[in-house]
Amino acid sequence: MNWILQNLPYLGQSTLAHLQLSIPPIVLSFVLSVPLGWLANRFRPVRGPLLTIAGLLYAIPSLPLLLVLGTFLGSLRSDANIIITLTLYGMALMVRSTADALAAVEPDVRQSATAIGYGPWGRFFAVDFPLAGPVLLAGMRVVVVSTVSLVTVGGVLGINGLGLLFTDGLQRAIIAEIVAGIVLTVVLALVLDALLVLLGRALMPWSRATAAPSRRQARKVLATA
Amino acid sequence: MIEFRSVTKQYPDGTRAVEDFSLVIPSRKTTVFVGSSGCGKTTILRMINRMVDPTSGSIQIDGDDIGAIEPVGLRRSIGYVMQNSGLLPHRKVVDNIATVPLLKGVKKKDAREQALKLMDTVGLDRAFADRYPSQLSGGQQQRVGVARGLAVDPNILLMDEPFGAVDPLVRSDLQEELIRLQRDLDKTVVFVTHDIDEAFYLGDQVVILQKGGHIAQVGTPSEILSNPADDFVANFVGANRGKRALHIEETATGSILVDDEGAPPAR
Ligand SMILES: Nc1ncnc2c1ncn2[C@@H]1O[C@H](COP(=O)(O)OP(=O)(O)O)[C@@H](O)[C@H]1O
Ligand SMILES: [Mg+2]
Repeated sequence: MNWILQNLPYLGQSTLAHLQLSIPPIVLSFVLSVPLGWLANRFRPVRGPLLTIAGLLYAIPSLPLLLVLGTFLGSLRSDANIIITLTLYGMALMVRSTADALAAVEPDVRQSATAIGYGPWGRFFAVDFPLAGPVLLAGMRVVVVSTVSLVTVGGVLGINGLGLLFTDGLQRAIIAEIVAGIVLTVVLALVLDALLVLLGRALMPWSRATAAPSRRQARKVLATA
Repeated sequence: MIEFRSVTKQYPDGTRAVEDFSLVIPSRKTTVFVGSSGCGKTTILRMINRMVDPTSGSIQIDGDDIGAIEPVGLRRSIGYVMQNSGLLPHRKVVDNIATVPLLKGVKKKDAREQALKLMDTVGLDRAFADRYPSQLSGGQQQRVGVARGLAVDPNILLMDEPFGAVDPLVRSDLQEELIRLQRDLDKTVVFVTHDIDEAFYLGDQVVILQKGGHIAQVGTPSEILSNPADDFVANFVGANRGKRALHIEETATGSILVDDEGAPPAR
């Protein structure tokens, strides 16, 4: 406890550094996955290979990937190394999510959008993409948690962030430092996740309206049971 | 006037959905295509707004070959209403209705004002304007669908089994509403159904289809009832009759179409 109180600025800096390393891969994996997911969904023959590659990517252990990529980039400890690696992991999750999300858009709705005069691009941005929103959001929640937790691996390489609290805590046998690292990582993940959920609510008020009747019904069933 | 000239549609998988289909659809009348599932009704309807392009043959609207018209623009000028409304679930009712005017560049405020007026036209309370489609009943959603179809004041309104998924009472409400609308608005309505009663009730011209879009008979309801072209038509017209079994009755003033309670169907 004492250790924590004495090192509050250090904990703050580590959390901030951790956040700074987490945000770019989260944003990048979303931005890059959307066109790839669209491609996988639009051109059937591409779908299988693309999703398989994405899945395999996630199966590669993170430390070796960081080492290989770091050697390639010429610096193991660079932010770029961890950002690129974690973007790849994020994409491994999000490409599939995006393809699934786009495939789940009601064919009736898509056809009627075409029927009333949306061109292909107009329809994508005004109809398919927003309607894929809830599934995309679900995918991004996983990416957020996974990314925040994976940034800690950077600690092994000496990259700033909450991961450094584990390695440093282990070396110097400071239990409080290790615990603080774990707790702050979890809290950071939960906070980002909650922000994402709030963002989803703000951007997709319709999705709650759509879900509401069934929830009400469920409650009615429970009340009468 | 919409004219089909020897139109054939073969889908890429080899299905010949429509074969050598020729028909004239008169302006400002309701033409109803009726036939069992899979006979090619939707395919025929979608060739009118180029959602589907024919494999051979041509389609003309008022003498212009639609093959030469850019599809997106063509679709924006033709109303389209389908089963399960096809409304955009992420847009409020009023925005759904205003979709096409907005696509065509009408100002937001004007489009909204016009959408509210259309809600009156189709008998929807303006209080529903700011709800999402999922918060309406099936019948109300179909009314929104009709309002959206009318939003650009199109000459042509295509309707693909628009009342197929609502319960019978609501369906007859909607049918009556459509007849009232048609009296006021004078559109060229092309309506698809598998319900022969609905076809006779709504259609000025009824087209009975067989598999492959083959026309079994074309005519007014009374022509078809009084003079079915063959056994297929006689069966189709006689079979699956609902409560309103229509038939022809000779009266002093000529023959009229009546239901089994002896009343002419409301027109
Ligand atoms: N996109 C498509 N690809 C292949 N076959 C199709 C397609 N759309 C419809 N069909 C086939 O064409 C035939 C006519 O279909 P459709 O026009 O939808 O009939 P209906 O509307 O009368 O039920 C059916 O056999 C159907 O399976
Ligand atoms: Mg159909």
